[in-house]
Amino acid sequence: MKKVIMGNHALSYGAMLSRAQVIAAYPITPQTQVVELLSEMCADGTLNAKFIKVESEHSAMAACLGASLAGARTFTATSAQGLALMHEMLHWASGGRMPVVMGNINRAMAPGWSIWADQNDSLSERDTGWIQFYCSSNQEVLDTVIQAFKVSEKLMIPSMIILDAFALSHTYEVVEIPEQARVDQFLPPFNPPWRLTPADPHAFGGLTSPDHYMELRYKLQKDMEKVPALVEETGKEYEKLFGRYLGQVEEYLCADAELVFVTSGTAGYTARVAVDELRQKGIKAGNLRIKLFRPFPFEKVRAILSRVPKVAVLDRNISYGHHGIFYQEVKSALYGQPSSPLVFGFIAGLGGRDITRDSFQEIAEYTLSKNRAEEEIVWIGVKK
Amino acid sequence: MSKKKEAKKIVFESEKEMPAVPMSLGSMLYNKTGAWRNIKPVIDLSRCIKCGICWKFCPDASIDIVDDWPQINYVYCKGCGLCAEECPQKCIAMVEEEK
Amino acid sequence: MSKERKMTLTIPREEYMSPGHLACQGCGASLAMRLALKGLGQKTIVCIPACCWAVIDGPFPHSSLDIPIYHCAFETAASSASGVRAGLDMVGDTETTVLAWAGDGGTFDIGLQALSGAAERNDDIIYTCYDNEAYMNTGIQRSSATPIGAWTTTTPVKHYKKERKKDIIGIMAAHGIPYIATASVAYPEDMVKKFKKAREIKGTRFIHVFAPCPAGWKSRPEDTVKLARLAVQTGYFPLYEIEDGEKWTLNLKVKERKPIAEYLKLQGRFRHLKEEEIALIQQEVDARWARILKHCGL
Repeated sequence: MKKVIMGNHALSYGAMLSRAQVIAAYPITPQTQVVELLSEMCADGTLNAKFIKVESEHSAMAACLGASLAGARTFTATSAQGLALMHEMLHWASGGRMPVVMGNINRAMAPGWSIWADQNDSLSERDTGWIQFYCSSNQEVLDTVIQAFKVSEKLMIPSMIILDAFALSHTYEVVEIPEQARVDQFLPPFNPPWRLTPADPHAFGGLTSPDHYMELRYKLQKDMEKVPALVEETGKEYEKLFGRYLGQVEEYLCADAELVFVTSGTAGYTARVAVDELRQKGIKAGNLRIKLFRPFPFEKVRAILSRVPKVAVLDRNISYGHHGIFYQEVKSALYGQPSSPLVFGFIAGLGGRDITRDSFQEIAEYTLSKNRAEEEIVWIGVKK
Repeated sequence: MSKKKEAKKIVFESEKEMPAVPMSLGSMLYNKTGAWRNIKPVIDLSRCIKCGICWKFCPDASIDIVDDWPQINYVYCKGCGLCAEECPQKCIAMVEEEK
Repeated sequence: MSKERKMTLTIPREEYMSPGHLACQGCGASLAMRLALKGLGQKTIVCIPACCWAVIDGPFPHSSLDIPIYHCAFETAASSASGVRAGLDMVGDTETTVLAWAGDGGTFDIGLQALSGAAERNDDIIYTCYDNEAYMNTGIQRSSATPIGAWTTTTPVKHYKKERKKDIIGIMAAHGIPYIATASVAYPEDMVKKFKKAREIKGTRFIHVFAPCPAGWKSRPEDTVKLARLAVQTGYFPLYEIEDGEKWTLNLKVKERKPIAEYLKLQGRFRHLKEEEIALIQQEVDARWARILKHCGL
């Protein structure tokens, strides 16, 4: 069934079709429609789930974790300040191996108050041990939720599904809503390898000495390393049933490109239009959109970018005192490779400023005119 | 449950033996807290009225009921002296531990 | 000598807490857990945030309880328990009792918001605060449950605590939850009865357990039960219940309350107090006692 829905509702439908059993959430702009629709679904019986209307995001994640450890499939959604408030519990989720799936609407961090798109909220949670997917269409949002549950539950690692504030969260697009029976076929009920039950009592998360802590973290990393292959495998299985492939990255005209943009989120969509325009002008541009950011898709990125002369990484975020975060990560992935491109870093679109086709024209002109990255950061659109 | 009750310390030789989460696989019975003790309670059963008060108040669950009599479990008793203090018959003496 | 007599057991014989745990000698909190579980039974899941019990239970991969434990974040005893309850309901286990077991810091201070949230939603959990009146696990720092006059490492003798203990029961009563009770490790029968009663009630239940701490109170380990008893007998920690936010019942009518000085003098944390300061504390205890009697219609 095709429906015209907003990005936030794509998250809700994804959670519904995945048969989330416990949802605990707290409202924050621009996430509210996600939980409004889910609470309606719970109220009218469309979704058989307990919705805990908590008093904070911290409690939202805490409640999700308790429910997950009790053996229930859990979902929540938040944004920016709410995600930051959850920070402690994000570590708890991964360290406790609780496969919660969460939608995060990328919104700039205050102050000054901003409700508009920016990736600093989710990227500040980069090191919390969550799988991170960045989406660029409502269809991708819905499809990612369902696949994220499968990947997360297989490895017992939580997943975050990330979409830009307004540019995606409030934008209506045509979305194919899969049939419930086929989703059930793809995603079986959650059956964790351990759970809280008096029938088999265990204490979870107790005091862990230096004798054991490191091994537990080693195991988390080893399982994290299995994610890319599992995303591919799960993606193929999903494609067979629903005809759409997710994967780790989206490659657009990179094979013969002299310049490849590295993008994420909705900017990745704009980049494709810019690539088409540049190609009409005779410039062989391409776009590599990172969908899976954690774990980082090293192999894909290396395979695609090592044959390209120039790469321009666009960041809608900044690590103050360093670079844009995708820029850091791409450079780190390419360092020491037998052949690697010249990589340039651009920051644009902070706090919801538009990233347009013109932004990419500017980036392309700059990149093609330089033989080395002269500036640590190239700012796009700052009123200097 | 039976596995939990073993008084054996679980030692992992390799990460492969460990669960992915920090979860308990055995009880604390391996931890013989009797070693913490400097003074030990000794019950004079000849004066005991079996009121159950010593058993009831033991914070370490270290007074057992054996054949209907209270019996200090010296493997775990930490020697806090609560039982002696609360005994209405004053038939529990705290005796210096010989080490 | 009474060989024929049966041993008197006024509380259930079953033990759900093993010896070998890591509590200090004479720990009120470990006695509290032992008694609470005798009331609740094995079909209980407990959420334990950062507090002494996070350590007492023992290190991974061991535990001293025969029930499942979720060691959760400091401020999340209530929200974790709400989640566990919802999760259990969704996987078809409506029988198991979900217990949140937090110290006074985790209840009066950092966990108060989550507790208020759970109580307002009337989530089906038993929240127990075992109160040893300071952050004992981190080394005796003052909490908002530390009583007026007390020494702690952050309220040194020269600047002993000047503020009153927060009225947590008043706060919980204002939520109108179905069951609130105070309990003391010195009154095991009353305490076990209250946990049994709470188990049969639906909604948020709050039990405030008085749990002396020899290490933090600078008291003798053998005085733990004596101190808890004196707290009740002086009217410092009365035993009472509040049902549906309205019905107050005094469970132990102390006819002649002992002077608070008797309770204070057994504890090093109050050693610095002068007579006039003790008199002020006595006044406060009297006023609170009168308030509770009034609520109970006595």
